[in-house]
Amino acid sequence: MTALFRPDATVHLGVFYQGVNHTTIWSDPASGSQIDFETFRRLITTAERGLFDAFFLGEGLRLREQGGKILDLDIAGRPDAITQLAALAGITTNIGLVATQNTTYNEPVDLARRLSGLDVLSGGRAGWNVVTTDNAWTGENFRRGGYLDHADRYVRAGEFLDVARALWNAGGTPDSVRIQSSQFDIASAAPIPRSPQDHPVIFQAGDSSTGRDFAAQHADVIFSAHGTHFDDALDFANDIRARLVARGRPDDDIKILPGTQIVLADHERDVDEKVRWVKEGQFTGPTTLSIAGQVWGRDLSDRDPDGPLPTEDPIVSGVVGARGSAFNGIDVDARVREWRSLAEAKNLSLRQVVIETSARTGFAGTPSQVADELTRWVRGGASDGFNITPYLVPSGLDDIVDKLVPELQERGSYPAAYGGSTLREHLGLRRPSIGE
Amino acid sequence: MTRTVTLGFDVGVGSADGRAVAATVTAAENAGFGYVTFDDDDVATGGVDAVTRAAFVAATTSTVGLVATASTTYAEPFHLSSQLASLDYASRGRAGWVASRSLAPDVAAAWGREVVSADTDLVREQRDSVTVARGLWDSWEDDAVIRDFPTGRFLNQQKLHYVDFVGEEYSVKGPAIVPRPPQGQVVVFGRFGEIDADLLDVVLVENEADARAVTGAHVVLDVEAPGSPTAAAALVERIAALDDAIGGIRLRPDLIDDDLRVAARYVLPQLFERDLAHRPVPATTLRSTLGLARPVNRFEAAR
Repeated sequence: MTALFRPDATVHLGVFYQGVNHTTIWSDPASGSQIDFETFRRLITTAERGLFDAFFLGEGLRLREQGGKILDLDIAGRPDAITQLAALAGITTNIGLVATQNTTYNEPVDLARRLSGLDVLSGGRAGWNVVTTDNAWTGENFRRGGYLDHADRYVRAGEFLDVARALWNAGGTPDSVRIQSSQFDIASAAPIPRSPQDHPVIFQAGDSSTGRDFAAQHADVIFSAHGTHFDDALDFANDIRARLVARGRPDDDIKILPGTQIVLADHERDVDEKVRWVKEGQFTGPTTLSIAGQVWGRDLSDRDPDGPLPTEDPIVSGVVGARGSAFNGIDVDARVREWRSLAEAKNLSLRQVVIETSARTGFAGTPSQVADELTRWVRGGASDGFNITPYLVPSGLDDIVDKLVPELQERGSYPAAYGGSTLREHLGLRRPSIGE
Repeated sequence: MTRTVTLGFDVGVGSADGRAVAATVTAAENAGFGYVTFDDDDVATGGVDAVTRAAFVAATTSTVGLVATASTTYAEPFHLSSQLASLDYASRGRAGWVASRSLAPDVAAAWGREVVSADTDLVREQRDSVTVARGLWDSWEDDAVIRDFPTGRFLNQQKLHYVDFVGEEYSVKGPAIVPRPPQGQVVVFGRFGEIDADLLDVVLVENEADARAVTGAHVVLDVEAPGSPTAAAALVERIAALDDAIGGIRLRPDLIDDDLRVAARYVLPQLFERDLAHRPVPATTLRSTLGLARPVNRFEAAR
């Protein structure tokens, strides 16, 4: 495995405001509203004070369900990403604004236009995290309904991006755009104004081989899932670099920002306790039993979360199927076997197994320790920075900005000010080749 | 007590320059308008869409209502309802929607869809879009979030509802992804003769005869904005003598910033002085500015 040596590399930070799902703790007195605008204002203002490159929002298209009922344990309810980011653009000046938007349940001219609007009004700060979905369950909220064949998700996404790029390239010119492809038949004379950064920055998060190839072909930034172990992150980054070179792109043409969580404590002796507190807040008893129920395909809500694993075999097409969760389509027998051997080897309770297998551990330590580690990652080529999900809103970035950022700056691995005014400039990306 | 009218100002399709958009809307707020409407020239002709422009000024204004035009003909109602609910949160209850139609065939081509041109089809898309959005805005009851620590439940499942809309062209399951907006229902505007007034909060009319034909909604008369102090004085007199069927006026300017300045100096101060209109009060919602009640959630009412 080749580690790079980039002695001058600096850490890029983004914040992924989930605000929903079990990773966001709601039982703490400091846990604020997930929807009130003030929560977003405080987080993005803090992130901008900390010179973050970007503020990310996810997208919800259907409320999660379990066993045919709306999942009631996690925080749910969030805003439309582009609308919310436009409002946040009005109260910020530098930070990038990245909207997760699905190519399956949007139409390209409409979405390209709304992303351009955000980009132009914000002075070139918009990004688009491209995601795909294939299921009919989500489709039940949309005109198109139905679903895409799993393999067609990326076909549609690629053709969708082609339409969007053609429109952005025609921006500020009298050219019209005519596209006929397997998914689209579109004609648009759209004099969308030209953005200071030409196109919104394209982010992509897919981790499958198809997803990685899609990123190597289309993306400016990868929001990866490799944000805990250095070697694993380096493998991923090397794989992406190889795919870029194979496509004829420079091997640093994509920035890699793993999603991660950062838990800070002022003193080393308090770190473990803080980590335990976060995980127990994220994986409450009911949440533990809900996650286990999704794996077993059974209702386990009457079990003891701090007791042993259920003795029954999982039901492959269980009644407690979760919709809109990460457990769709996994091999449950293999998952249960893996959990049993882990519990046996380490003498763990059900809750401990769920935490060990589900939690994104990320980084934990004193500000000084974590600053060393983030710097090592970036200078060793494992990533270009990190996309941090706060486990608590709206205060979840405070200690990162007040304590970790100054430590990074002291090491020379973090900027002292915003260098440019567009998201593309913050990330150090090349301008798109217009007319490709 | 004199009858007062509500005051709107149309900022048109506007500029793509964020600072210019903010300056215009702030000037309208400072003048004392109850709301501004953002026109939208649709996907086929580019420009920045109205919802995004309205959202851009949502957190930098405080009393002026932000009413975004969005066409119902081709857009996804689920997305539209989410966008408008989010605008309501960002503006703290000052969002409105002009539920319009797309008539140009170019728009269908940009969506990659068959042209919808027959009047009955345009009516159906408008009706279904507004029906779905309204259903989704009620799909979370106001107190659906409970944070019930003992049982580990963040939500009360009993207060979240599938809307199960089934129309001729499409169906929508629900619930919404955005909790119920601050106003309960975003204020829905429509043109007279296009949508059934039962689905609207505000009906926009072109003349007083049409105004008298509307029941059960706030009626707003579209008026050409005056371009001079003389024309402004005439408008003030016209407003003083308005038919009782009219609840408000909306000024349609020729030159947005010039006409806004004339209105701010020569129309609104006189209306306030003569008690013919009022400035919006601080921390108001658009509903209360228009004299509309906050609707009871349909699912709560059905309990």
